[in-house]
Amino acid sequence: MCYKLGIDVGSTTLKAVVLDHNNQVIYKSYERHFSKVLEKTVEKIRELDRLLEGQHVKAAITGSAGLGVANASGMDFVQEVFATAGSVKQLYPQTDVVIELGGEDAKIIFLQGAIEERMNSTCAGGTGAFIDQMASLLNVSVDEMDALSLKHTDVYPIASRCSVFAKTDVQALLNQGASKENVAASIFGAVVSQTIAGLAQGRPIEGNVLFLGGPLAFLDGLKEQFVKILKLKPGEAIFPELAQYFVALGAAYYAEGLERTYSYRELLSIFENLTDLGDKPQGAEPLFRNEAERQEFIQRHAKAHVEKKSLAGYRGKAYLGIDAGSTTTKVVLMSGEKEILYTYYASNQGSPLSRVQEILNEIYEQGGEGLIIAGSAVTGYGEEIIKNAFDIDLGLVETIAHYTAAKHFNPEVDFIIDIGGQDIKCFDIKDGTINSVMLNEACSSGCGSFLETFAKSLGYDIEEFAKLSLRSEHPVDLGTRCTVFMNSSVKQAQKNGASVEDISAGLALSVVRNAIYKVIRAHSPDDLGRHIVVQGGTFLNDAVLRSFEKLIGREVVRPDIAGLMGAYGAALFAQSHVQGESHTIRKEDLKHFTHTSKVTRCGLCTNHCGLTVSTFANGKKYISGNRCERPLKGAEAKGLPNLYQYKLDKLKEYCHAEGKRGKIGIPLVLNNFENLPFWTTFFRELDFEVVTSDMSSRKLHAAGEHTIPSDTVCYPAKLVHGHIINLLNKGIKTIFYPCMTYNFNENISDNRYNCPVVAYYPEVIEGNVKMPDDVTFLYPYLDLENEKVFIKKIHEFLGRHFDGLSLWEVKKAAKAAYTAYYAFKADIAKEGERAFRYAKENGLKTIVLAGRPYHIDAEINHGIDKLISTLGFVILTEDSVAGMGEEQKVSVLNQWTFHARMYRAAEWVTRQKNTQMVQLVSFGCGIDAITTDEVCDILRRKGKLYTQIKIDEINNLGAVKIRLRSLLAAMEEGCD
Amino acid sequence: MFEEIQKVEFTKEMKKDYTILVPSMLPIHFQLIVPILRDSGYHIEIAGGDTRQIVEEGLADVHNDICYPCLLVIGQMMAALKSGKYDPDKTALMITQTGGGCRASNYLSLMRKALRSIGYPQVPVISLNFSNLEKNSGFQFTVPMLVKAGEALLYGDLLMWIYNQCASHELHKGDSKKVLDQCVDKLTRQFQKNRYGGLKKNYRSILDAFAQIPRDDAEKPKVGIVGEIYMKYSPLGNNHLEEFLIQEGAEPVVSGVMDFLLYCFTNRFVDRKLYGFKRLTDLPTKLGIQILYGFQNGIIHAVKEHGVFQAPTPFKHLITLVEGTISRGAKMGEGWLLTAEMLELIDSGVNNIVCTQPFGCLPNHIVAKGMTRKIKDRFPKANIVAIDYDPSATKINQENRLKLMLANARMEEKKASGVHQPEKQPSKIGEEILV
Repeated sequence: MCYKLGIDVGSTTLKAVVLDHNNQVIYKSYERHFSKVLEKTVEKIRELDRLLEGQHVKAAITGSAGLGVANASGMDFVQEVFATAGSVKQLYPQTDVVIELGGEDAKIIFLQGAIEERMNSTCAGGTGAFIDQMASLLNVSVDEMDALSLKHTDVYPIASRCSVFAKTDVQALLNQGASKENVAASIFGAVVSQTIAGLAQGRPIEGNVLFLGGPLAFLDGLKEQFVKILKLKPGEAIFPELAQYFVALGAAYYAEGLERTYSYRELLSIFENLTDLGDKPQGAEPLFRNEAERQEFIQRHAKAHVEKKSLAGYRGKAYLGIDAGSTTTKVVLMSGEKEILYTYYASNQGSPLSRVQEILNEIYEQGGEGLIIAGSAVTGYGEEIIKNAFDIDLGLVETIAHYTAAKHFNPEVDFIIDIGGQDIKCFDIKDGTINSVMLNEACSSGCGSFLETFAKSLGYDIEEFAKLSLRSEHPVDLGTRCTVFMNSSVKQAQKNGASVEDISAGLALSVVRNAIYKVIRAHSPDDLGRHIVVQGGTFLNDAVLRSFEKLIGREVVRPDIAGLMGAYGAALFAQSHVQGESHTIRKEDLKHFTHTSKVTRCGLCTNHCGLTVSTFANGKKYISGNRCERPLKGAEAKGLPNLYQYKLDKLKEYCHAEGKRGKIGIPLVLNNFENLPFWTTFFRELDFEVVTSDMSSRKLHAAGEHTIPSDTVCYPAKLVHGHIINLLNKGIKTIFYPCMTYNFNENISDNRYNCPVVAYYPEVIEGNVKMPDDVTFLYPYLDLENEKVFIKKIHEFLGRHFDGLSLWEVKKAAKAAYTAYYAFKADIAKEGERAFRYAKENGLKTIVLAGRPYHIDAEINHGIDKLISTLGFVILTEDSVAGMGEEQKVSVLNQWTFHARMYRAAEWVTRQKNTQMVQLVSFGCGIDAITTDEVCDILRRKGKLYTQIKIDEINNLGAVKIRLRSLLAAMEEGCD
Repeated sequence: MFEEIQKVEFTKEMKKDYTILVPSMLPIHFQLIVPILRDSGYHIEIAGGDTRQIVEEGLADVHNDICYPCLLVIGQMMAALKSGKYDPDKTALMITQTGGGCRASNYLSLMRKALRSIGYPQVPVISLNFSNLEKNSGFQFTVPMLVKAGEALLYGDLLMWIYNQCASHELHKGDSKKVLDQCVDKLTRQFQKNRYGGLKKNYRSILDAFAQIPRDDAEKPKVGIVGEIYMKYSPLGNNHLEEFLIQEGAEPVVSGVMDFLLYCFTNRFVDRKLYGFKRLTDLPTKLGIQILYGFQNGIIHAVKEHGVFQAPTPFKHLITLVEGTISRGAKMGEGWLLTAEMLELIDSGVNNIVCTQPFGCLPNHIVAKGMTRKIKDRFPKANIVAIDYDPSATKINQENRLKLMLANARMEEKKASGVHQPEKQPSKIGEEILV
């Protein structure tokens, strides 16, 4: 008989459990290890001396960071999910499903029927670390966030796929004034959706569900959301007392079956003799080779600075610049001589309005009588709301603000890169106008707040953490893709025993590499420019600055006010642009400033935007969250010609047809957006009743989410699941959704392929969406190009399912279908011409919003078309102008019909005045990795601008707006 | 920066003194094929190189959202060119091209783009394809070359197949590798002497050589590897997956490239069957298929007759297994073949499967991840783990998932030890229009 020791070394914590002879738990502990995995393990064993001295011990190690310890020590290792399953079988044999959330892992185990165990894939962050990040975003502790969430009144949809998206949503909600209570609950809700979407992968979570892991043990708000969303009955949700120890327990149970036993002394000496965990990774070069290099670096950057002057006693004109960023508020008060009188740079703590109010108070207090605010301007995410609340004179798009400031430091500046807390912005400047704007998007979001959260999780504040990195000898290689991946890279580095210095430097390096490779996608320093100004709070971190210079092999200018450039730019802008008297809120009015906000849903169209209405003391109202002008100007507001809207309205005419032969349901998804007029007409002519699924919505998506097998597929494909469920809910018994390898031959490409996902998605539906036995899912492989062949094939196929369909009938129906299809195409082209003529006649700018046919779905494009429309553009679709485009020689294989349309449309754009193209790309669309470069080439070769917008489940249009406004600004400054 | 990309032809002149770089992929097969091409007058070199450098180079030269194999293939070529080892004015690159609906068919164009961006637009890129996509006068298969290369593929398939069965059971570490190298040497010498044919004899001697390795007869979990073709075979792509599995005490099962060739050939009939595409004559394709069938059967027969090792499954049988799971119309990327390979593994008693794919692989959303549920419903014992590979996916994450799969495999082994699992009938037969 002997004791059993289980040690679980997780990504952030170390858990240990000891079982006695009767398998009773006689010791348990749960502590953070701050990446000192080895030290902590030895410490733990030492601590156990009284308990284990004189005992025989069997031991096993588990956990995501435990493998290294096990390998180095020669102890037995058991995979953590396997360990968990073991302890569940011992302690809660009645369990059907286990859900375990850890620091960076999420796991699910199905125990009934065929056992299935799954861990989150490499792209999925809705876990403990994610909750930590979110809490720091709300500027509360995790416990406080939990307490807040229990008081919620409303839960908002937050993108759950990855923490980066979720962050964007949370940020937007906070900026719109949503309450922290509701946001906290929504964050937990997102974790639940993530578990369902990412882990269950088509298998229903039902029966007795056992919840394990730290977050699920400590957070009541999270528990509440799980029970609610999974619709668990009382008694079905089990939150065991030892939730956070199950993995360690599993290791202890596993140890029981092992042969090897140790005496306590043996065990201790094994661990004490471990010096490091072996294979130290080969790090990158140190940031500085020697002290001289470092001194040169510091002195060079000290040169770029702005004069400061005391605000107390200042008399005269001053200009106020506010940069209301997503997480931070930056304010600069500038004298008429461009000296800095006052600065502010800090987190907005989730309430940007109160922050600005405090700052303005402080300025008025310090400034005294002689201070005259002669002009003010605001930029950034919170531009609109701040402008309205405090009567700021001007609002300007961030790109212009930053450019204005950068010009002050280097009039010849031709490239600006700004790395802030949440975003990376790069602009390329040509002939004094902003030529292109690059913003980080999903999967390229490693920025400042990321460094900060990491510093915190390792137990440092960010300045200290940054300083450490300068001493690093071998910065670790952490990859570039996404913060979630970096988390696991850090885990790996920890496993290998890397020092905090090396991790810190590695993180700085990865932020920079992310910016250069993922956002700018530069090949050489010349792609960036000769006069580079770097700014943003993150560049105040010398490790980031140094890494950047090293990586591009060029010296850059970093102003000493790098973090305040937006605000300084706004102040400069106010100085040069405010005419007449400034309206900026006065000292006395500021005292009485109040604001209230109310959340409501707009019902004027199917987008159902979540609106936040803020009312201020000055009586002004500000509505945010809207995509179009209607909630502001009333439902009657008539927009400019918008082909997206037109096409969608046209398609809706094909969403229903009467017939007596029976009902056929068609999901309104992917290839059906292209061919709906064809299919509806075809079945109508055969006297079938045709019903399509409803328009996409978040809710419709959620209904099918649990059946999605691959969490990295594009959003348009994920939506298919919801549409099928929608048809089933409508009681449809026959669903028609064909597999289509090919499109119609439009004679514009070498082949006429669909992408693999569009072509074969019906197979995924058949394999993953459970349908009642009386439902027939028809998914024939069809090609419409050859009418004769089509008639033959479809007649055979339908003949197997429906009685009495004659070949003659099918022929007639096909004929009508082909006619309808061509008529539809012609109509879109004609409407495109009409809209463009309208733009020309009225001197309006035009945007060809290029995408794929299903991008007209408002849930997929998030109403970007409407947003563009409010900026005063006429909108055309790629297919409405492709016909006017000339054949485009591209340097890649031109085998996909939808791609060829975009190439042609781009070619057409290059020949039009006042017209630009914006390309919509669905996140995860691997095939658009090819088209984007080509479309960009076609446009830029002829001096056009290229704007790409990546879309996914998120519907935060903030970043999109910056892009489009910059585009508008560039067009106004002469780029047509 | 925006000038159009010109295709540089690989001319007969160039053949004389140009080095042709090919990416690494199938280690055993390439070891055999490279000397054959060299003997035919082409100066072939396998690019390969340090993984980290390759990834770094790939990230810099291709669109970062492109799939991982593309990044690795282009990355290693560019890294090689930049290394200074090769004169860019005397070097050509060669890769295969399939021309399907998967983005992979664009490797070639992306390679040219990358060349332009690193400043070597003069380097010709040779397309190795069987769909008449591009031709290069300087590179042509002669009949002896084709025959030898074909034989090399067959030997490669057999060697890979047997090596995995031996390496996981060898008593002295390194024995199997030694035998493998000896076999490769011997075959290479034969090719050099222009002695080809004699497949049967060579199969026999390969099998004999491996059979002599002292091996344990321990029950080890067999783990099948399927996936996107580059990820499946290339150790560079899959972080030395076979080696890892052997180390962990499992026996990897990796089917040969012959199946992929047959898949490509048979797909030519799909469009005609489903969509009525016209083709002048199917005779060459049919003939090709018959020849390949014959060759594959040769290997299978040899292994069976020899009696020591497990024999591979004939493609003819494989093709029947997808019936009821996925239509053979799904033919982009690895298409239905991938699903079929999973089914084949289960059919032959290998329930543990690693499905390798580049992160976000488009066809695999359908044919791999999209079919897993269906396969598991039909075969509850199927133990499938999907592993995504990309520049930032860490080895620890991948290994952790593999370890979970292995732990389950061992548990099942203990439980079942030999009992054959009952097969549930397919719930629903997939529909398609076939003539």
